[in-house]
Amino acid sequence: MNSIEQNGLNVIADKPEYTAKDFSSDADVRWCPGCGDYSILAQVQRTLPRLDRKKEEYAFISGIGCSSRFPYYMNCYGFHTIHGRAPAFVTGLKVTRPDLSVWMVTGDGDGLSIGGNHMMHILRRNINCNILLFNNRIYGLTKGQYSPTSEVGKKTKSTPFGSIDTPVNPVRFALGCGASYVARTIDREPKHQQEIYEDAYNHQGTSFIEIYQNCNIFNDGAFSQLTERDVKDDNVLPLKHGEPMIFGKESDKGIRLNGLRLEVVSLSDTSVEELLKHDESSQELAHTLALMIDRPGMPTPIGVIYREERSTYDDLANGQVETAIERFGEGDLEKLLHEGETWVVA
Amino acid sequence: MIQHEKLENVVIRFAGDSGDGMQLTGGQFTRTAALHGNDLATLPDFPAEIRAPAGTTYGVSAFQLHFSSNDVYTPGDVPDVLVAMNPAALITNLIHLKRGGTIIINDDAFDKKHLELAGYASNPLNDDSLSGYNVVRLPLTTGTLKAVEGLGLSNKEAGRCKNFYTLGLVYWMYNRPMEPTLQWIEEKFSNRAELAEANAKALKAGFNLGETVELFNARYDVAPAKLPPGTYRNITGNQATALGMVAASQRTGLKGFLGTYPITPASDILHFVSRYKNFGFLTFQAEDEISAICSALGAAYGGTLAFTTTSGPGVALKAEGIGLGVMTELPVVICNIQRAGPSTGMPTKTEQSDLFQALYGRNGEAPVPVVAPQTPGDCFWMIMEAARLATKYMVPVFFLSDGYLGNGAEPWQIPAVSDLPDMKVTFHTDPDHFHPYSRNEVEARPWAVPGTPGLEHRIGGLEKHHGSGGVSYDPGNHEMMTKIRASKIAGIANDIPELEVHGDQEGDLLVLGWGSTYGAIHVAVDRMRARGYSVSQAHLRYLNPMPKNTAEVLKQFKRIAIPELNMGQLSRLIRSEYLVETVNWNKVQGMPYTAGELEELIEKLLSGEERMNPVDEASMADAR
Repeated sequence: MNSIEQNGLNVIADKPEYTAKDFSSDADVRWCPGCGDYSILAQVQRTLPRLDRKKEEYAFISGIGCSSRFPYYMNCYGFHTIHGRAPAFVTGLKVTRPDLSVWMVTGDGDGLSIGGNHMMHILRRNINCNILLFNNRIYGLTKGQYSPTSEVGKKTKSTPFGSIDTPVNPVRFALGCGASYVARTIDREPKHQQEIYEDAYNHQGTSFIEIYQNCNIFNDGAFSQLTERDVKDDNVLPLKHGEPMIFGKESDKGIRLNGLRLEVVSLSDTSVEELLKHDESSQELAHTLALMIDRPGMPTPIGVIYREERSTYDDLANGQVETAIERFGEGDLEKLLHEGETWVVA
Repeated sequence: MIQHEKLENVVIRFAGDSGDGMQLTGGQFTRTAALHGNDLATLPDFPAEIRAPAGTTYGVSAFQLHFSSNDVYTPGDVPDVLVAMNPAALITNLIHLKRGGTIIINDDAFDKKHLELAGYASNPLNDDSLSGYNVVRLPLTTGTLKAVEGLGLSNKEAGRCKNFYTLGLVYWMYNRPMEPTLQWIEEKFSNRAELAEANAKALKAGFNLGETVELFNARYDVAPAKLPPGTYRNITGNQATALGMVAASQRTGLKGFLGTYPITPASDILHFVSRYKNFGFLTFQAEDEISAICSALGAAYGGTLAFTTTSGPGVALKAEGIGLGVMTELPVVICNIQRAGPSTGMPTKTEQSDLFQALYGRNGEAPVPVVAPQTPGDCFWMIMEAARLATKYMVPVFFLSDGYLGNGAEPWQIPAVSDLPDMKVTFHTDPDHFHPYSRNEVEARPWAVPGTPGLEHRIGGLEKHHGSGGVSYDPGNHEMMTKIRASKIAGIANDIPELEVHGDQEGDLLVLGWGSTYGAIHVAVDRMRARGYSVSQAHLRYLNPMPKNTAEVLKQFKRIAIPELNMGQLSRLIRSEYLVETVNWNKVQGMPYTAGELEELIEKLLSGEERMNPVDEASMADAR
């Protein structure tokens, strides 16, 4: 039995000390060798031992797709459900079992194509859970069709002449749905991932995390500009709350607000004071940051884009139950059956 | 001097515009009749449009009520009294009226405009088209306006009181006390004192109108019925379903959860259950039908007694989720309050055409138990039974009610809580040799819920390895698991009551039904038995599996007739399961069978006039 304090969290007294291995199930991992999913799995397994929960309190819920095999590899409770519907299972589970730590694993197809509707509603309701959306911008499990996040003109098996539809921007989508927590991370950034997962866990509400994930079979190198050592620093903007937005291999570039638009400036002729400071609590800023991936020449922000403290659906729903019990007393079935008018036949 | 006549049975039909408050009027009369101790049955018959253009035939809303000093099984074949608030109500409802019956007409509404809207070329009050009826013409609108004069109501508000004015008149005719309705008005309009006063005045004025107009020869008394001793309340099927859900939650010792999406005619169940929060029963209005079933499965996974309510189109959307429930062997109850289909069909009209959908409407071999209540009050018992089967056998269970049961009302004997079945559920907690897909004596897998130490495991829609529950593509294992899932359901036959026969246990004809046709079949069979025919009734409340003795029962009769509000779904099932010949009686008009229709069908069949109906002959020819 341990009583330890770690990362500022009071860890519950009888929580065993776990290692990543404790969260690894005995199922053989069947993702393709080299898949970005391996890193995500490893970082989640490394994060959970640091959290204030016992193993049996975690439930991982997924939909369908490569990413959705995730629960099989976690040695805790897991439910591999049906395509696109994981948010509904999460909602039913979390509302009735608020004591659990519920994690949802989904992908760009599962979460934003077939399951886009449910994603919208879990975000606006603010169910207290963590959503890991693996975005590889391709359909992997069905072997290489374009996805709703694929760039326009994408040539795939189903679009030999190039895809023609405008992609969805997951962060914009989440913000538009009223998400209370939106972050982005990258499969090749293990430390960053772990920080985000822990932070997301501590957020009360739906924590939406877009994870850029490389599919080395059907869409290899989709994020190479953000992951390859020689170029990534010039293309990634790490966000830190309250700090000026600086990036670049030499930390020589920054983001400035010019009117209503963002612009990249060189620190050689612009002072740090003129740069935009990140404010996780600003919805206006979050929407602006969300647009950056669609603006040529702009770096891709990673980190927590938006954070808002507001009541969760599960708390409010169970609060109504408590209030009803306070007002009317614990339900009495005999009384309920006799509600309204009754008469006696002798 | 007005005579008092004693009647055993009365059937009244109130018909008017959707905005005339006919459902309310019917509901109030029902309450008063129930409190008087009459046995009764009701048939609300309303359009899908909330407020169709006033005065049109498609905006007509009707409420039929049968009350009696005897047992009542149906809302009555043909009304004795029709209240017609406008020409559209008359033209659409006259066909329902008994020859020689009484029509109470709102004279004010029979102007040129309303007659034209209803499609009358000439005023039926001025020609002899109503000569076979006892027509009572009254200025119900102006009478109402006069009654509520000086209360400061707008003309529109004043006019809307005419349903109470009319109700008052009918109360006078049937010698009913006004107190229950007056009390109701007071409570309902507690925030609008002037409306409370106006409606109360209208009701009393209508009552007094009966005394003064001298248009009626008699007032009628319908004595209380001789129901079995006990405490009664009036109940609709949807109300009973909601109460049964709460009762099931209490008796299983599980928290309740209803994940649902509004749909006619099922939404009322959500409305009721959402009020019962102090029972720890959560309701979740999902974003769609799919989310509704999936949220219910998520709740079930967490160890909650989960329900979803819907109607046919919603079941179509839930199919994949139900299949996952079959694969993961999680308990959930799917309530289908059936309505006329296919597609959107006729949302407010009743039908029994989703039996095959419940039995077969999923990909793969995905059997589930199916139960069906037979009266509004029986919804309480069968929803509890569905919950018992779901949790005991770890399986999704279908509960097939319909619009007629859901919206129809009857007096219901309130059971003592101590008499309700004990359905206590215990979760699996022992980590020793735990296998998520091990089986108990009824082939159910353990219910091991998240949060239980040492039982961490994964489930999902991929085929499971027998015992361990790991993902398996093994050919032999898939066949074995398919057979286990089927035999688990088949085994339920050992755990349900046998099929009972009403009437002689053998004979010329068995009328076999399921669901809401119970009452009409019961009355028709009794009438024919009274006339000396050899006919009996059996009614299936369990459609999958069917009671163990079903084959034995069928063998005792020379012929089996199956009346259904569909094109012969139970009939096909009986033929394929038991290799017996059946006679199909089918009605797909969005309306229940009347006892009279069935009586006629029985008579024709037994006197050799009709062997099979034309549809059936055609389908038999196809089969050949």
